[in-house]
Amino acid sequence: MTDVDNVIVRVHHEEWARVVATLARRFGDLDVAEEMASEAFAIAVERWPVDGVPPNPGAWLITTAHRKGIDRFRREARRQEMHQEVMKLSDTPEPIGAIEDDRLRLVFTCCHPALAMEARVALTLRMVGGLTAAEIAHAFLVTEAAMSQRILRAKSKIKVAKIPYLVPSREDLPTRVTGVLAVLYLIFNEGYLATDPEKQAVRNDLTAEAIRLTRLVRDLMPTDGEVAGLLALMLLTESRRTARLSASDELVALDEQDRSAWDRELIAEGHDLVRTRLASGQAPGRYQILAAINAVHTDASDFQGTDWWQIIALYDHLLLLDPSPIVRLNRTIAVAEVDGPEVALAEIEELPLGDYHAFHATRALLLRRLDRNEEARAAYDRAIELAGNAAERAYLIRRRDELVGRGID
Amino acid sequence: MAKYLISVLADGTEMDTPEIEAAIDVFNEQLQANGNWVFAGGLGMPSMATVIDGREGEAVLTDGPFAETKEFAAGFWMIEAPHLDDALRLAAQGSKHCNRRVEVRPVQEA
Repeated sequence: MTDVDNVIVRVHHEEWARVVATLARRFGDLDVAEEMASEAFAIAVERWPVDGVPPNPGAWLITTAHRKGIDRFRREARRQEMHQEVMKLSDTPEPIGAIEDDRLRLVFTCCHPALAMEARVALTLRMVGGLTAAEIAHAFLVTEAAMSQRILRAKSKIKVAKIPYLVPSREDLPTRVTGVLAVLYLIFNEGYLATDPEKQAVRNDLTAEAIRLTRLVRDLMPTDGEVAGLLALMLLTESRRTARLSASDELVALDEQDRSAWDRELIAEGHDLVRTRLASGQAPGRYQILAAINAVHTDASDFQGTDWWQIIALYDHLLLLDPSPIVRLNRTIAVAEVDGPEVALAEIEELPLGDYHAFHATRALLLRRLDRNEEARAAYDRAIELAGNAAERAYLIRRRDELVGRGID
Repeated sequence: MAKYLISVLADGTEMDTPEIEAAIDVFNEQLQANGNWVFAGGLGMPSMATVIDGREGEAVLTDGPFAETKEFAAGFWMIEAPHLDDALRLAAQGSKHCNRRVEVRPVQEA
């Protein structure tokens, strides 16, 4: 790639959301905003190698896209009043603050709870992330036509049902922020642990995109603790990515990971965020607690050296906010280290998680430590049957097959 | 302002108590006071419906609803709101007052 190509890629990453968001407010139409932003970038690809990169690429793109939009409305404006509407649209630059708000409006609109979750994910990746429908379709293993249709349908619901282009009112804000974070976390998890066995085990494109979007949301809402918590959680999870997959694409569990392969830079940034949140003295939400749990893990030089008491205390805190069986299940990993596998096993036996592969995988692990090999093997079988992710299944199969030859009780 | 139809969903088993009817009156008055009111009404049971096909020649009448469904609209509010967020907030209040699930649909402007 030439230097200009690199600049265009970088500017696309940095400015896409701003261009779409500004145009969406000016024209009151996401579809037009998206199309004009695409056109402006296409013109940049053509012009910048010849004319040079403009001194303020973002402003250049917004101006170019805006003019294209005006041209389009002029062409289409058959009715006089529509023409007058267009004339009222100004081309003067807004103060920086207003533009920042536009991107936040865009995020909230794309993650609106009246849209189906899969539509929110697709729309956020397209409108805020700047991924093409083809790229999103590829990431979620659907056809490009189906993905385009999904995005189109979401845009048309926004328009017809008049989903507002607004930062939600104060009373709605906490719930709506939670909704935005759920979309970002889903994108991250889909990349981190794909649920479809046909897909690659870890898709770095999606995790990187989720982190980039969460950074953007954090820039826009710097005082929100849960936004910081989610970013920290993603960074600390991402830091272990290379260590988490073996050369043969098998999942490597936490106790077997090569900790020297963990990304120290991401860990430092994640720890820093967690410390800042702790220092704030505000009660942490779910993502902040999950980030803190990950901070304890990434703080230990080896598995045995983990501060398991601290992990149990954090899970107890999390259970107060989210008393779900899955949280209880995850807590038992720490319980097994502190109180032994027998106590841990007793704590999970009653959990209503019979259809969840991790439940059977955890049981298998505990049963194996208790030398109840036959039961462990049956639990592995069930976990393998239910596991969606290929790398995870490979790991479970190896662990199960290790039991062959061990004494059957 | 945009118009939204809030349909009240029912399966025919619930009965409106005087308390619910009073709560609906309170909600109606609130809609009127805040300028969201267009009109509203309760509907007769689907079995009271008549389907009319007047597309060709003399109209053909059929007794009963056009589709037998487990759930049906028992009533509706036509409201006016600046955007969907406000319509959804009103619909949530409406659902609480009439003690039923509701569906919000935008009315397409001609």
